[in-house]
Amino acid sequence: MRFYEYESKALFARHGLPLGQSGVADSAVHARDIAHRIGSPVVLKSQVLSGGRMKAGAVKFADTPDEAAQIYDEIFPIIVGGQKARSILVEEKSPIAQEYYAGVTWDGRRKLPVLIFSDMGGIDIEEVAEQHPDHVSKTHFSTLLPVTPRIAKEAIAATGVTGAALNKLTPIVSKLIDIFLAYDLTLAEINPLVRLEDGRFVVLDGHVDMEAEARDQHAKLLAELGIGPEETRQARPPTDFEIRGAEVDASDHRGVAGNVVEFDGDLGLIIGAGGGSLTLFDAVRSQGGRPANYCEIGGNPSVKKACELTKLVLSKPGVEKIAVMMNVVSNTRVDIVARGVIKGCIESGKDPSETIAIFRIPGAWEEEGFKILAKHKVDYCDRSVSMYDAAGRAVAKMKAA
Amino acid sequence: MPGLFIDVKVSDKAAKDAAVVAKLEEVCPVDIFVQEESGALRIVEENLDECVLCDLCMSAAPSNSVEIVKLYE
Repeated sequence: MRFYEYESKALFARHGLPLGQSGVADSAVHARDIAHRIGSPVVLKSQVLSGGRMKAGAVKFADTPDEAAQIYDEIFPIIVGGQKARSILVEEKSPIAQEYYAGVTWDGRRKLPVLIFSDMGGIDIEEVAEQHPDHVSKTHFSTLLPVTPRIAKEAIAATGVTGAALNKLTPIVSKLIDIFLAYDLTLAEINPLVRLEDGRFVVLDGHVDMEAEARDQHAKLLAELGIGPEETRQARPPTDFEIRGAEVDASDHRGVAGNVVEFDGDLGLIIGAGGGSLTLFDAVRSQGGRPANYCEIGGNPSVKKACELTKLVLSKPGVEKIAVMMNVVSNTRVDIVARGVIKGCIESGKDPSETIAIFRIPGAWEEEGFKILAKHKVDYCDRSVSMYDAAGRAVAKMKAA
Repeated sequence: MPGLFIDVKVSDKAAKDAAVVAKLEEVCPVDIFVQEESGALRIVEENLDECVLCDLCMSAAPSNSVEIVKLYE
C-alpha cells in the first residue's frame, strides 16, 4: 500500500528525519498561505501515487505566494499516470549542492532486507545501477540481529562518501532502516536526499510502501496519517469479478480461496500454495498461455469455498477451461479441493473432464483426491510433473481446443 | 441436495437414540448431523460433501451404526 509523498514525509518527521518547511494545500488560497508562511521560493508538487510527475508538468516552482496560488490552479487538474491529484504539497525550494539516494526494500532472492545507497540521487536508481554501478551499494542485513548505524555507515562509505558527509548521512539512513522495519514496509525510499549549499542534509522526496497485510497492525498510525480503511491504494479500483472473489473468500473462515485479480485471457486459474500462485501464473504465461485471472487458494478451504471460486472463474465470458495447480500441499487437502472444483464445474453446467485442463495438486490426501479425479475423468498429475510442465499441458489443451 | 462425493448412513436404532444423535452433532466438524427439538436426527445434505473423513461420527456411535460412503469408489 503506497503512501502519498506528504504521508511518507509525515512518517519521516515522526522519526526526526530532516525535512524542509512544507504544507499540504487543497486550494489555491491555501497554497498562497503556505508559501507566505515559508517566506521563500517554493516548489509545488502534485500528490499522486504514481511517478512521472515532473515529466507531466505536475511539479513547478514559484517565487512568490501569488505565483504559488497561480501554479496550484495550473497543476492540480493535471492527470499523472491516470491519477488525479489528491492535493498539492507546497515546500520550500532548496539550493542543492549534491543529491543522494537511499532506499530499503526486500530482496526476494536473498530473503533479506537490503539497503541501497547511491551518491547519485535524483534520478532513477535502476539507471544509476546500470550506468554507474560503482556509485551504488547494496547492503543486506538481518531482521533478527540488532540493527546498528554501522550498516548504514558501511553502505554509504562503499560509494566513496567520506568525512562530514558520511557522518551526517549515517543517522538519516540508519533511521530509514528503523522506519522500514518498524512499520512492515516493503519500500522506504528517499530520492533525493540532498546536501544543501549551506551544508545541511534534507529529505527532498520520499516514498513509502506498506505491506497490505500489515494494515491492521498499524491501524493507529494510518488513522493518524489520515489514511482511511476504505482506501485500497491499488493501481485501479477492483472489478466486479474481484469484489465477488473477495466475497467468496469472506464467506467462510476456513482456508483461503479468493484474492482474485482479473486479466483478459481465456484460461481460468485455480492456483496457490506456498508462493505457488505467482510461480504458476508466470509458468502459464511463459508457456504461451493467457490467464483469465490470478487467485490464491490454500489453508484448506471448504469444498463450498473452492466450488464457489471455481464457479466465479468459470463465469467469466470466454473462459471454458481452468487449470487447477498448486505447489506441494501439506495442510490443504487434495481431495477437498478436487471435490470443490469438480462440484464448481458441474454447478456451472460444465463437464469437469472437459473443463479442467489439468489438475496438479500433490500432497496431503492425494490418493483420495486422485480417486475422485479419476472417477470424473479429470486429467491429473502428481509431483513428478513440474509446475512448469503442468502449466504447459494446460496451455497445450487451450491451443488444441 | 444429496452429496456428490459423500453419503452418510445411520442405522434406525442410532438415529432414534437421542444420546447418540447429540453425540453425532457434537463431534462432526462440518455440521452434517443436527438433532431436532424432538431429539431425532436430521442429516444436513448440503454439508455432506464437506465431510473430512475424520471418522469421529463412527467412533461416537455404536459399532457399525454409522457408515460413511465414498460415492467415488
